[in-house]
Amino acid sequence: MTKHATTAAEAGYLLCHCCHLLGRPEPGSVRPRCPRCGAVLHRRKPDSLARTWALTLTAYILYIPANLLPIMTVTMSGRGEPDTILSGVKELIVGGMWPLALLVFFASITVPVLKLLVLTFLLLSVQFGSRWRPWERTVLYRLTESVGRWSMIDIFVITILVAVVELGALATIEAGPGAVAFGGVVVVTMFAAMSFDPRLIWDRMAPKDGEVSSHSRPEGAYRMQR
Amino acid sequence: MTARSGTGEYAVAEHTLVACHDCDLLFRKPRLQPGQKARCPRCGAVLFQRKRSGMDQSLALALTSLVLFMLANAYPLLRMNIAGRVQEGSLLTGIEELYSQGYWEISALVFVVTFLAPLAKMLCLFYVLLPLRLLGLRAPKAELVFRWTEQLSPWAMTEVFMLGILVAVVKLADLAALTPGIALYSFAGLMVSMAAGDAMLDDHEVWERLRSPREATGD
Repeated sequence: MTKHATTAAEAGYLLCHCCHLLGRPEPGSVRPRCPRCGAVLHRRKPDSLARTWALTLTAYILYIPANLLPIMTVTMSGRGEPDTILSGVKELIVGGMWPLALLVFFASITVPVLKLLVLTFLLLSVQFGSRWRPWERTVLYRLTESVGRWSMIDIFVITILVAVVELGALATIEAGPGAVAFGGVVVVTMFAAMSFDPRLIWDRMAPKDGEVSSHSRPEGAYRMQR
Repeated sequence: MTARSGTGEYAVAEHTLVACHDCDLLFRKPRLQPGQKARCPRCGAVLFQRKRSGMDQSLALALTSLVLFMLANAYPLLRMNIAGRVQEGSLLTGIEELYSQGYWEISALVFVVTFLAPLAKMLCLFYVLLPLRLLGLRAPKAELVFRWTEQLSPWAMTEVFMLGILVAVVKLADLAALTPGIALYSFAGLMVSMAAGDAMLDDHEVWERLRSPREATGD
């Protein structure tokens, strides 16, 4: 039996990514499926590194027009002024709304940039077989995956402004090409985070002596260890 | 989808062991009391969480969310008064307006993450939970539908949209007199009920209940 294997992969098990059931594929099965939910099972996410690289680089490229092109144009009584992401934040600061300005700045600028940098760092660390602080890198990955959706705020703000303000001659608000690029950045980075497999971080770590798979600790004692 | 057993397409289930989805560590499945969490000893990922709540709460919240969702999309979000001219807009008018301005990409994106994904997620939950709870039966293709529910989760961005409304209100406040519409309150409620629903849904319990009869009981 598999009493001494440390990981599911070593023991020949496949973990269902969807319902988290452990399964052992029949020998010779081409595309084994999860016996419980029917999802296709993989030892690791397929082509994880290549896919994540491709999506991350795409997001880097899209990030340039997202910040340079206007995300919307507000026309008040004939005068039109294009708004970029940064000028939108500035406007909030000028209006004395600095908590909201911070929020938008964080969601629209800090999060996407940090997300891309973190993904790049994780990719490089796995690529070079780094054994440096796997626990922290896994936490970074989890953060990256959960925080990405909040960058959509700006897109939603534009949607609402456009919905409410259409007063013909008095005032109009039009979306801009920067918004398309920015929406692209958010979606592509979300896919990038989803395609990265954090288990690759741990695959580079050889099992330490004395680490066994079946913990004989009492139930509920699965605590964080470092 | 092939038959459920004996095809070789399907792996054989292992119910006594479990692996961490973030680092692949293998260990014996913990027995948890309601309200307990099991974390991976190696990387700290939350592996199991037994919720104190049952399916009734999940269903009630899903129903609440559905009603609020309808209100949130049927009524105006904001009413604006500029120099005596009154205007109101809802989420769907915004999506339409974006489309008519030629930005179909943003229009489609917003439609999916604020309308389609949350709605589909609620309907999928109903489809799986109602027959399970009322009749103790598995709806046809319930596993597949419940899998969709899980995969839709990151794309249902109701709570992010609510923040977007907040920022938009602040931006508009110095432009015109604003009156919040019914939809604004509905969205606020929807955000709360969807978050509570996510927190109370014990997906492991649902998977256990959906399990085909031929498999041994785990815990």
